[in-house]
Amino acid sequence: MLLNIKDLHVSIDGKEIIKGLNLGVNYGEVHAIMGPNGTGKSTLAAAIAGKEGYEITQGEIIYNGKDIMEFAAEDRAREGIFLSFQYPVEIPGVSMTNFMRTAVNEHRAYHNLGPIPAAEFLKKMEEKKKLVEIHSKLTSRSVNEGFSGGEKKKNEIFQMAILEPKLSILDETDSGLDIDALRTVANGVNMLKTEENAFVIITHYQRLLEHVVPDFVHVLYDGRIVKSGGKGLAFELEEKGYDWIKKEFEEA
Amino acid sequence: MKISEKQIELQQKLVNLYKDYQLDVFAGDRACIVDQRMQSIEFFEKKGFPTINEEKWRGTNLTEALSKNYQHIAHPNHAGKDLEKLFQCDVHDFDTDILSLLNGYVVNGGAALRTLDNGTIIGSMSEAMKHMPELVDKYYGKSDKIQEQSLSALNTALAQDGIFIYVPDNVELRKAIQLVSIINHDDNLFVQIRNLIVLGKNSKLQLLQCDDTTNHKSSFNNSVTEIFVDEGANLDHYKLQNINNDSSLVNAIYIKQEANSNVSTNAITLNGGLLRNNVFVKLNGEGAHADVLGVYLMDRKQHVDNQIFIDHAVPNCTSNELFKGILDEEASGVFNGYILVRKDAQQTNAFQNNNNILLTDTASIDTKPFLEIYADDVKCSHGATIGQLDEEAMFYLRSRGITEDNARMLLMYAFAADVINHISIDPLRNRIDDMVKKRLRGELSICDTCVLHCSNPEQEVEFNIDLSKI
Amino acid sequence: MSKEDNNILDEITQSEYKYGFVTDIETETAPKGLTEDTIRFISAKKKEPEFMLEFRLKAFRHWQKMMEPNWAHLNYPKIDYQDIIYYAAPKQKKELESLDQVDPELLDTFNKLGISLDEQKRLSGVAVDAVVDSVSVKTTFQDTLSKHGIIFCAFSEAVQNHPELVRKYMGTVVPYTDNYFAALNSAVFSDGSFCYIPKGVRCPLELSTYFRINAANTGQFERTLIVAEDSSYVSYMEGCTAPMRDENQLHAAIVEIVALDNAEVKYSTVQNWYPGDKNGVGGIYNFVTKRGICKGANSKISWTQVETGSAITWKYPGCILMGDNSVGEFYSVAVTNNRQQADTGSKMIHIGKNSKSTIISKGISAGKSQNSYRGLVKVTRRAENARNFSQCDSLLLGDRCGAHTFPYIESDNKSSVIEHEATTSKISDDQLFYCNQRGIETESAIGLIVNGYAKEVLNQLPMEFAVEAQKLLQITLEGSVG
Repeated sequence: MLLNIKDLHVSIDGKEIIKGLNLGVNYGEVHAIMGPNGTGKSTLAAAIAGKEGYEITQGEIIYNGKDIMEFAAEDRAREGIFLSFQYPVEIPGVSMTNFMRTAVNEHRAYHNLGPIPAAEFLKKMEEKKKLVEIHSKLTSRSVNEGFSGGEKKKNEIFQMAILEPKLSILDETDSGLDIDALRTVANGVNMLKTEENAFVIITHYQRLLEHVVPDFVHVLYDGRIVKSGGKGLAFELEEKGYDWIKKEFEEA
Repeated sequence: MKISEKQIELQQKLVNLYKDYQLDVFAGDRACIVDQRMQSIEFFEKKGFPTINEEKWRGTNLTEALSKNYQHIAHPNHAGKDLEKLFQCDVHDFDTDILSLLNGYVVNGGAALRTLDNGTIIGSMSEAMKHMPELVDKYYGKSDKIQEQSLSALNTALAQDGIFIYVPDNVELRKAIQLVSIINHDDNLFVQIRNLIVLGKNSKLQLLQCDDTTNHKSSFNNSVTEIFVDEGANLDHYKLQNINNDSSLVNAIYIKQEANSNVSTNAITLNGGLLRNNVFVKLNGEGAHADVLGVYLMDRKQHVDNQIFIDHAVPNCTSNELFKGILDEEASGVFNGYILVRKDAQQTNAFQNNNNILLTDTASIDTKPFLEIYADDVKCSHGATIGQLDEEAMFYLRSRGITEDNARMLLMYAFAADVINHISIDPLRNRIDDMVKKRLRGELSICDTCVLHCSNPEQEVEFNIDLSKI
Repeated sequence: MSKEDNNILDEITQSEYKYGFVTDIETETAPKGLTEDTIRFISAKKKEPEFMLEFRLKAFRHWQKMMEPNWAHLNYPKIDYQDIIYYAAPKQKKELESLDQVDPELLDTFNKLGISLDEQKRLSGVAVDAVVDSVSVKTTFQDTLSKHGIIFCAFSEAVQNHPELVRKYMGTVVPYTDNYFAALNSAVFSDGSFCYIPKGVRCPLELSTYFRINAANTGQFERTLIVAEDSSYVSYMEGCTAPMRDENQLHAAIVEIVALDNAEVKYSTVQNWYPGDKNGVGGIYNFVTKRGICKGANSKISWTQVETGSAITWKYPGCILMGDNSVGEFYSVAVTNNRQQADTGSKMIHIGKNSKSTIISKGISAGKSQNSYRGLVKVTRRAENARNFSQCDSLLLGDRCGAHTFPYIESDNKSSVIEHEATTSKISDDQLFYCNQRGIETESAIGLIVNGYAKEVLNQLPMEFAVEAQKLLQITLEGSVG
């Protein structure tokens, strides 16, 4: 199993957000995590990626056979966890090329490999740019600076393509995208999907799921997964909204 | 720079005045006032009037203003005179409690200190010194930085009167208080006005401070206002400055804010020979917010100087400074904004902006937007611009058939409107709006006096006061 | 910033100064202290013509009447001007004719600093004037340059060989009355570089002066004069280092630039004087007056500086924009760490019509340092259509340092447009986490972000220098990385 989360409790500033969550993800699988706003979806993503201030009070996260809870964020990344941010931050003056090259080389150093030769790196950049249909100008600009909402999200997928992670967590990657950008993002994901990796797609709507078909759909509510099912569950949610889940949960 | 002999003479005269007053005029003072006067006059005697050799006065030369023969009034006597009756407030739907000062002394027709229904005490500072000992001992002369300013020291040494306002905890005044200071005397006059304003916890006050001269004699108004704003209190403060071209006004305001208090202070400078606003704001409790705003419209040889010091002493406070000015003919302007963010004052947000338009090559502006920052988790920015009216906008307006003069007026007005729109009292905003338009059209004469109560702009206001008795 | 990040900052703020070695060479010095005799001694040593001695004495007499300025946001003990050696020179037996005759110890010093004085070994076209303590020890590529009529030599050599040029321009941009340190320099300056680009010549090489303080207890007072005749161009670079010593050493230099019609001068500095140790012991006191005058129409002077060294920095490279359509530029990155203090910025004086100036200043404060931008933009009455744009940003690393901004903006002309912007910020936790999530550790992330922040300025440096400057930024802030 690639990711195994058991009875996870996460608090921010002493307030419990995730309240006993279980999730197992195998290689080659796509999981969708859905749910109303404010139920802990982004908290889950940040906790897996190792953001500071997200305190795990109980439970465990086993990734690729390792307990990663003591790992620093950069080591988790180097182990192959990639987070596509809901709101990618701007870093003025740092070019995308320089940024990615630094990241790739640090990943390589972690795995005892020497720095990537310049030519090879540029070739890789070109390849992946095509894959996500990203403007070649975008990579000469500073990280996310002045990017439109759609460009920022495409840029996240582009970075995912370059870093070739095992586990990709897409946090609301579909929010704020027009239909063309959405299709580009979805195509990117579909092309990167292999039997050697896995995806966790966090989303409020099922829009993205029309393009990237999930193997499993989970509904997160009040810090717990309250319902799991196949891809049909996503359509059911789209049709009926979340109220019936809330009701079911509260009755139970 | 040579200091004129007259200036030295004036300085000596004022120091001697203190010595004379000590025996009679100041004889009834409370102990704490006696001490403050003594220390302050020593400080003033040592430091003298500010000169352009001092960094903070580099752009404002007082030499000329201090070289006139000024009288100093020690014994006001206007019993039975009620200035309020002389004023017709022509701001519609704007009902205020008016406190009037004539030549630096309260004119109240006997009710020198009164208590409003809600417990608020307003009236004469000199009366407060006698009847409000606890409050005076606690607050008078206790502002930060007040000891370091030689003009404020001079005021502390010699001031006898001014306005006193005390708003008790949890009292929200529905009526604004209007403080009208008129200078009108047959001689040139040197005036020391001293105001003390105390806002209790969660109280609310709207205060309007109008400084006017109503004849063409020279005057030098050395005014000091101390304002203490307790937790959760809210102060809306407007200063309207409209004095004659031979007069000077140095308006020092010391504001100390406790947690979650909110202060907005707005200086509208319309006319005057030399105007200087020294605003010191100390944000002393978390969650406090200060807006310090101003607009200045100067022409002829007028000079305006805004010195704003904002002290972020504790974390989580915010401040916002915006000053806009238009300088015409040979007018000169100075702006110095100074934001200090002390060590540990984390999560500070402080913004500062000064925009100027020069209409002629003989007008000038010096602007110094300073930041001094010792904490890292802060958001601070400042900006300053000097420029002209936008040529493209001018052309756009003219191409729509608007005359050049009108187009210019419209754009100047739009430029100033940024600050005016911050005025939260509707009738007041409308009236000031009107005043600014008039000022831009060149129709606002000195005889307009206080912007709020003169309905007859073409004539000097007739004060039905026997000035010889004052 | 989290605790962990603070630890990393602590680590990186304890990096070592890499140029702190002392070269063991024999040095000839003047006795300590400053009197008219000292000045006569220096002048005699240099076999100067009478006009130079007179200039020095006038400056000295003026200096004695002046007060040391105290308006800067700097805090340092009073300097005892009688406790300084005003002249120190590596001992030299006879005139140099070839490289072989330069003291091998000195050659080695420059090799260690990465500055080769051997023309054969230089990779790219850079001519170097190497100044140790008070004297110039070697100027390279003089032959190549002289073919173009360019004079590039030690200042003292210029006094001997081109007295008319020196006399015509020296002190015209920075008069000895300008300020306390300029007066001191004018009295006791020992050497420096002189550069003259004739009419219509585009200098084919980057010119560079490398300043090295070596001797103990000495002050360094060099003086540089650059004259660019009509339609000429030169790019000039300056580098500096000093040994690590526990006492403070005074450096009070003057740089004057004159640009005539259509001339362009680009002046770049990487200032890496010894900053003192992490407790603030030792380090150079750097009081420098740098000014250029755009005398001719359409002339341009551009200052670029990367300031990482010195315990105290007091310097405001500026331009007097006298010619119509002249252009002044100032690009600066100033990094302070540990207990360093910098008060630096620019002065742009607009006199000519349509003159334009740009100021881009990026301050970075770390440790317990204090970093101030101070600048003046002045538009005089006849400078119609003058334009200035200033941007002064500060970045704070850690919560024990200070970042301050003191711009002075004065306009006497209605047609001028002046804009000033400034922001103060820190590296956000979100930016760090974003980098971490991509596998970049915090230390590298800080380096990456700081370099990105300073990029606008680094881009202005000649290639040769840009790489060095980037490295220097990382060394100053990062210790192990780089």
